Amino acid sequence: MSKEWPLWEVFIRGQHGMSHRHVGSLHAVDAEHAIKNARDVYTRRNEGVSIWVVMAKDIAASSPSDKGPLYEPARDKVYRHPTFYDIPEDVGKM
Amino acid sequence: MYAQMVKSTGKGLIARDEMTAEDRTFQDRIDAGEKIEPKDYMPDGYRRNLIRQIGQHAHSEIVGQLPEGNWITRAPTLERKANLLAKVQDEAGHGLYLYCAAETLGVSRDELFKMLHSGEMKYSSIFNYPTLTWADMGAVGWLVDGAAIMNQVPLQRTSYGPYARAMVRICKEESFHQRQGFHIMMAMVNGTADQKRMAQDALNRFWYPALMMFGPSDKDSVHSAQSMAWKIKMNTNDELRQKFVGETVPQAQYLGLTIPDENLKWNDDTGHYDFTEPDWDEFFHVISGSGPCNTDRLNARRKAWDDGAWVREAMMAHAEKKAQRRVAAE
Repeated sequence: MSKEWPLWEVFIRGQHGMSHRHVGSLHAVDAEHAIKNARDVYTRRNEGVSIWVVMAKDIAASSPSDKGPLYEPARDKVYRHPTFYDIPEDVGKM
Repeated sequence: MYAQMVKSTGKGLIARDEMTAEDRTFQDRIDAGEKIEPKDYMPDGYRRNLIRQIGQHAHSEIVGQLPEGNWITRAPTLERKANLLAKVQDEAGHGLYLYCAAETLGVSRDELFKMLHSGEMKYSSIFNYPTLTWADMGAVGWLVDGAAIMNQVPLQRTSYGPYARAMVRICKEESFHQRQGFHIMMAMVNGTADQKRMAQDALNRFWYPALMMFGPSDKDSVHSAQSMAWKIKMNTNDELRQKFVGETVPQAQYLGLTIPDENLKWNDDTGHYDFTEPDWDEFFHVISGSGPCNTDRLNARRKAWDDGAWVREAMMAHAEKKAQRRVAAE
């Protein structure tokens, strides 16, 4: 069997001013081909104004088992949110 | 439905005290409504079941292009042709979303195709029926896509993240499919007497095959309980079939067409229609490869794969050559 086309992840900017968002993946031989396919597969109904493609194998991801060490420390730091600080109503909107 | 006959672990529901500690934690996450993502722990049975189910679903989208592709060149107007072309193109897209979701479970695209072509993996029985007249394009959109939507809407809440997200996209796009089918039916029933007869004939031929799309009766689906516990199946086959009948009967009445079932009648006690079950022998016959079009459908898929091999290889070789030149130039 011949070599399978590599997998690409597709990111689309939905409209001007928004960031690119991951929408899915597809197979293509190179970046140019991936963008063409992404246009056909993911923007058939005006869903985008810009496309990014990245080879899936080039994406580094955190491991699910690191969830604790990575995200727990932020949990008890409620003072990072504005609601932590009581300001008297007399001060007005802040 | 699009995955009518998913053979799961082969056993019934796994009891909690038979589970490993890891599997219990996994089940707790599902019970709590959490989504499972590709790199998360999952029991082998869950992974295998999902590959089969998503694979069947993807194959159905792709094979499902064939009965409608049959009519693209013979659509009665340019507008109908553009509509049908857009719908068939959507089906290709839906197949791709689903193949990608299956691939996150560790199976390759080529392996999935190989299993389709060898007959090891199935696709929905509905696509093994022929589309004989233009009215069939109406009946397929109205009934087949209608039944598909009924199954896919709850699957947007399925426990496996990539599958659920693919379903969200598909559902968003698919409601046009059913409406374009119903629109064709409306034109047919308001046309000449012959055209109305064609519409009735299409309904007669597609009614029971559409009911079969939901899979065997609950009493015969041994694999349901585990799939429902894992939330990769959200409703039983009979629940969805009943819902489909309930929604479709008034639509047929609106069209002035008769559902080909003399036992069909409203039941005040149950609050549902009573209806005749499809011929399950026919269903098992068709799903196991002996329906009217099984051979044609599989041959068409195999031919497309074989005829396209040189294109796939040439494109890959060209891309590699370009990449090497770029490296050499740097």
